[in-house]
Amino acid sequence: MYDAPASEQKVNQQTTKISARKVQVYYGDTHAIKDVDVDIEDRTVTAFIGPSGCGKSTFLRCLNRMNDTIDVARIEGDILLDGEDIYDKKVDPVQLRAKVGMVFQKPNPFPKSIYDNIAYGPRIHGLAKNKADLDEIVEKSLRRGAIWNEVKDRLHAPGTGLSGGQQQRLCIARAIATEPEVLLMDEPCSALDPIATGQVEELIDELRESYSVVIVTHSMQQAARVSQKTAFFHLGNLVEYGETGQIFTNPVDPRTESYITGRIG
Amino acid sequence: MTDATSTPGSATPRAHKATSLLTVDERTRRRNASEGRFKTYGIVAIAIALFFLVVLVVAILRSGLPAFTATVADVEITITQEEFDAAEGELFKTKAYEQLFIGKLQRQLSENGMQVEFDAAAIERIMGKVGGDIREFYRANPAQLGEPVSFQLSASSRVDGYFKGRVTREALQDSRFLQLSDLDLVDALEEAGIIRQSFNWTFIQGADSGVDNPGGAGIGASVVGSFFMMLVVLFLSLPIGVAASIYLEEFAPQNRWTDMIEVNISNLAAVPSIVFGILGLAVFIQFMHLPQSAPLVGGLVLTLMTLPTIIISTRASLKAVPPSIRDAALGVGASKMQAVFHHVLPLAMPGILTGTIIGLAQALGETAPLLLIGMVGFVARGYPDGIVSGFVDPNSAMPAQIYTWAARADAAFYEKAWGGIIILLLFLMTMNFIAIVLRRRFERRW
Ligand SMILES: Nc1ncnc2c1ncn2[C@@H]1O[C@H](COP(=O)(O)OP(=O)(O)OP(=O)(O)O)[C@@H](O)[C@H]1O
Ligand SMILES: [Mg+2]
Repeated sequence: MYDAPASEQKVNQQTTKISARKVQVYYGDTHAIKDVDVDIEDRTVTAFIGPSGCGKSTFLRCLNRMNDTIDVARIEGDILLDGEDIYDKKVDPVQLRAKVGMVFQKPNPFPKSIYDNIAYGPRIHGLAKNKADLDEIVEKSLRRGAIWNEVKDRLHAPGTGLSGGQQQRLCIARAIATEPEVLLMDEPCSALDPIATGQVEELIDELRESYSVVIVTHSMQQAARVSQKTAFFHLGNLVEYGETGQIFTNPVDPRTESYITGRIG
Repeated sequence: MTDATSTPGSATPRAHKATSLLTVDERTRRRNASEGRFKTYGIVAIAIALFFLVVLVVAILRSGLPAFTATVADVEITITQEEFDAAEGELFKTKAYEQLFIGKLQRQLSENGMQVEFDAAAIERIMGKVGGDIREFYRANPAQLGEPVSFQLSASSRVDGYFKGRVTREALQDSRFLQLSDLDLVDALEEAGIIRQSFNWTFIQGADSGVDNPGGAGIGASVVGSFFMMLVVLFLSLPIGVAASIYLEEFAPQNRWTDMIEVNISNLAAVPSIVFGILGLAVFIQFMHLPQSAPLVGGLVLTLMTLPTIIISTRASLKAVPPSIRDAALGVGASKMQAVFHHVLPLAMPGILTGTIIGLAQALGETAPLLLIGMVGFVARGYPDGIVSGFVDPNSAMPAQIYTWAARADAAFYEKAWGGIIILLLFLMTMNFIAIVLRRRFERRW
């Protein structure tokens, strides 16, 4: 999927993958996202940080139209993926979500076997020609999700029988099994121990080679470690967006500084 | 919990009283006491329910089991060609056969060393008009002439009653149906092993009989009728109900229309079943001219009645599927339809099955709507010929059949009604068993 354009995109490294303009999100009367403009670059890890309830998840869900499933949610403004408006009437959200994968804040494996959890996406998108193909995709995805060694002997055990951290890595593996172009991760490491966190961070770094990754995190260290760009949200506003190094060492906005240094949150 | 510890307004931490864990304080004691009381209430309630269940089962079995046995007379006789020709030459042919039969029976008894006097009238009172049966048999099978043939004749309902304790010597008053002297003959025949109790296959397989022939009444035809009706109900209400619920729950927008539909479905579930019967009569029979008394029409009416139950329970079990599963499916690029059919529906399946079985069980036991479409008081003749005609051939249904029997004067029918209830319950238990097996296969943890 992404192989063909990869060579030509290498030439101009910093292309914009997603660009959002004047995005507003309302949940009924609540104005959850206010006037957000942001350009998310290809082959880059972008971190969203900000205090709880500031709208990080909400904005992330706008990027693959998962908010469509919430009846009360209303979205205004434009979000372009590779220059195409994803909220255009002609866009089928199903096609969009195959391109923009997502890992949710709470691990949500299907109540099926570990194998079927991974194989489901490739199956419905017709990514595997035969069983051997599918086996290979499953193994590769589980390896990249840093969980292969733990589950290789029980691929047909239920995915729901795994520990919370294992479930989250299973969900990550499931998301990358469909080879999306953009991967949205909502606090993927909140249930993981430091070792698994390290593995996932390594994975994210690896994914950067070919994908654009957006990660929501509450850990400043994590944001600093894995991301190249950081966006700081506060009360539904995008307060500051820039190079991660600059945001953490030399923030422009006083609110960013006080959040990073632990004074608001 | 909190009320015990919080002291509003006091900023200073309260000094803890020195209490021992080994002594139970007043509050805990009261709490334990009320818990104990609650448990007792529960046990008492269950005990009462169990008591009535046992009473019910015992009553049903005691009154119903006799319906499964019938009193029959096995008589082996040989009629020769000459005797046949002679009898056929008589004016009253069946009378002649009866005389033949009596003669042979008498000889059999005296060979057994028993001397009982009886006449043709007594035999008629005990076994009915046997001459006709015998004549019919030999006219149909002339090859059997000269060979010993064993006839199984069913005893009259009063003799049957004598065996089952319904009729006693003390209470018996001589009538044209049964006389005290007949009972001596019956006792003698029983001793000779000619009259005995045997399993009543007619009851299991047969159709309803006329009011004057309780012995010939069977529930078989109406079991078939009920079975066809349940097929109609299952194959219409399950797909329609599940499809409607999926649409309402997963696809329909939330607006005034869907709200109204929802309220109306809930109301429909509470509509008395006889109203559905009237509707069925007006729509299916009077307007669409479907055949009266047919399981197809009964099934359609019961489908209308069952749909709301299935829709309500299906929606409840769809609602109970955690939304994160839908998110997960949509997140990997499944369409809404795929999310529902691959992930949500399998998880909702146990609940849907439960709702379906409750709906079907209700439909199976329903009598009132069948009254209105003519499935009550109908005497089906034999079995439906085939699967297709079974749906449109006039038939009865189990509860309707039971109702008909219970309303008849002869005490023997009363016994049949109880027996019918046993069959109905067995049918129901089979259905439940199948549902439980299916549910086990679908049940998964998440
Ligand atoms: N389904 C919903 N319906 C109504 N309001 C919602 C809904 N989801 C989120 N909100 C509101 O939108 C605001 C932003 O929520 P969001 O989940 O995006 O926060 P967040 O930044 O992800 O927080 P956290 O770090 O705790 O996950 C909150 O005020 C929340 O109450
Ligand atoms: Mg969140």
